[in-house]
Amino acid sequence: MRFELSDTQQLLQKSAREFLAHEAPIAEVRRIMETETAHDPKLWNKMADQGWMGLLIDEDCCGMALGMVEAAALFEQMGRVLLPGPFHSTVAFAAPLINAAGSEEQKQRYLTSVAEGRMILTAAVAPAITETSGKLTGKALFVPDAAAADVLVLATPQGVFTVVTAKAAGLSIVPLQAYDQTRKLYEVTLDASPAERLEASTAAAVAQAENIATLALTAEMAGGMQRLLELTVAYAKTRKQFDQPIGKFQAVQHMCADMFLWTESTKAAVYYAAYALDQGLPDASTAVSVAKVYAADAYRECGNRAIQVHGGMGFTWECDAHLYYRRAKLSENAHGDSRYHRERIARRIIDRPGTNETAVTGYRRANP
Amino acid sequence: MDLTLSPEQLQFRADLRTWLEANVPPPVPRNSGESLLERFERLKQFQRKLFDAGWAGVAWPKQYGGRGASLIEQVLFLEEMVRAQAPPLANTLGITLIGPTLIHYGTEAQKQRFLRPILSADEIWCQGFSEPDAGSDVAAIRTEARLDGDHFIVNGQKVWNSYGWAAGWCALVVRTDLKAAKHKGLTYLLVDMKSPGIEVRPIRQITGESEFSELFFRDVRVPVENVVGQINQGWEVAIGTLMHERATAGAIFTIRYQRSLEQLIDYTHKTGQNTDPVVRQKIAQAYAELEVFRMNQMRATSRASSGVPGPEGSILKIFWSEYNQRFQQMAQEILGPYGMLEEGSPYAIDGGEWAYGYLRARGNTIEAGTSEIQRNIIGHFVLGLPKSY
Repeated sequence: MRFELSDTQQLLQKSAREFLAHEAPIAEVRRIMETETAHDPKLWNKMADQGWMGLLIDEDCCGMALGMVEAAALFEQMGRVLLPGPFHSTVAFAAPLINAAGSEEQKQRYLTSVAEGRMILTAAVAPAITETSGKLTGKALFVPDAAAADVLVLATPQGVFTVVTAKAAGLSIVPLQAYDQTRKLYEVTLDASPAERLEASTAAAVAQAENIATLALTAEMAGGMQRLLELTVAYAKTRKQFDQPIGKFQAVQHMCADMFLWTESTKAAVYYAAYALDQGLPDASTAVSVAKVYAADAYRECGNRAIQVHGGMGFTWECDAHLYYRRAKLSENAHGDSRYHRERIARRIIDRPGTNETAVTGYRRANP
Repeated sequence: MDLTLSPEQLQFRADLRTWLEANVPPPVPRNSGESLLERFERLKQFQRKLFDAGWAGVAWPKQYGGRGASLIEQVLFLEEMVRAQAPPLANTLGITLIGPTLIHYGTEAQKQRFLRPILSADEIWCQGFSEPDAGSDVAAIRTEARLDGDHFIVNGQKVWNSYGWAAGWCALVVRTDLKAAKHKGLTYLLVDMKSPGIEVRPIRQITGESEFSELFFRDVRVPVENVVGQINQGWEVAIGTLMHERATAGAIFTIRYQRSLEQLIDYTHKTGQNTDPVVRQKIAQAYAELEVFRMNQMRATSRASSGVPGPEGSILKIFWSEYNQRFQQMAQEILGPYGMLEEGSPYAIDGGEWAYGYLRARGNTIEAGTSEIQRNIIGHFVLGLPKSY
């Protein structure tokens, strides 16, 4: 038994860490987040050169076909630097969705372009979008990175569809003014817009892609917490009040200790869930929900403690803590909030076959 | 990442399961009327049975009666014991703390003399660390041992001794150099509880029972050969012991807490609360936290068994103790006023287990190092913040 990254996984993580420290320092992140779409083509191309776009794409589509543990190792580093832009949307959600729901030909057509860095995607679960004779009509809210995407992948009640943004009549993409500027959210409206149905669309395919996207998100969250912890501990060691570093005070120390506990615990949950997905363990989906539920509270509370320890400084635009604080809340809401995931857990651990399945009305994901 | 067990470990677990199925007596409920002494006698008999079958001291060296297996097998053993609802080890302090300390720091003569009777439960051990004025500040110990020829003469008072009333021996930390700095003048002694001058007074706890006791020492003579490690270097030995306590203690909690959660879910089905969305949310939250604890525990075991100590050890204690308090509170909410009923009441749920569980959990964040001390340890030793005291 070894609950630890392998040597090659550690190498991947280390090279990602070094690459991102160089290419996406926080000043650069701040610059990119001020742009219209928070997508930086130069950074995108450099990441594509690393092969990262094909992280979860099959080798016959020019991908690396790595597992979820490797993916978690990479996304943890991206969350740590608050990587802006459509990487998660493309690599962790839309590509796995095409991979799960597309025919061989469709996979080749879309995923090869993605792996080679030539196509940007985003995806959404869109219960309010309907299909009539190959055209989509309806609206989806909170779609990340839609304005940067070449192709939208929409999981509607009638199946999963792709919409090529440049060619789609009746498509409108309007930015929502959400407070995390590193990951922009949009309203996507379609009015009889041309779309292509992915030929192997099933509910199971959508669920599989959602598990991957959720897990990658929790890995980002763990990385964000790690960075908040580092920033906060460093500040507590240098900031002096009453002639001593504030980190000497137990009230401050204990806040840092809590951040450490939440960060390490989230990592344990994330890597277990990644392993469970890779191995196809029976509790894999539940493990993803466990990680998401835990990470949601943990990241938000790390943000709270980080700002509290930074004091007045923490309330300024200049201090980086608020950037993570925003991302924490966005992450909490994305890919199923805690109420959704707790209900998903409840169905597995409380409900028993034949006793009360129909009695539970359940909770639907908040999506218009 | 590889969370599978080796074929040998799987075999170990299968053999253990078979043995436990055949040998574990039916559990005795809280309201059975069994006295504390009767209960302890039952626990001792079961440990003796484990020892005879070769299951006690899984990770101890073979020459001292152990099995010579790794920490993973040790954790499997603890888990399977709880899973089988086996009586807990009578000599739990001896097996989890004092034995490992002797294996690490003891002389060969001490190992030969003391280790086997620990495993067989022939000699029950207690531990004398805390004092009325030395709680979190363990190094403030004032119980004094003065050298007189080939004996120490011990005078002082200890408190919070688990099983003090049942113990034949005590691992005692005493002050042997009054002039040295706080941590420097301490010595770790093995004391025969039958020695003249020792008095044991039970402490009645919040739960009404007396697991713990106070110990009083008046001119108690202890032979010098009962020093573990060097004279005036007892702090190192004692801290080694406490680290052991934190590293292995978590293993029993996962399965015990899983069982309590299952029991509570059964109760929601009996009372129709299983479809109440608020109850469902709370139970799912508890499950998520418990799973995260299980994963932390797995990671800590993995690191400890590969010899690389990780930072997880210090967070496990905070996690299980605070989780259990949250869980017991949730159970009280689901049980409503029935949750208050103790053993003896005809309306008590599960023999009054939940009333006891709620009260007992209150001690979790205090015993074995308070949550505050654990956070100080993380702050200073893990995060490198300046020491606050």
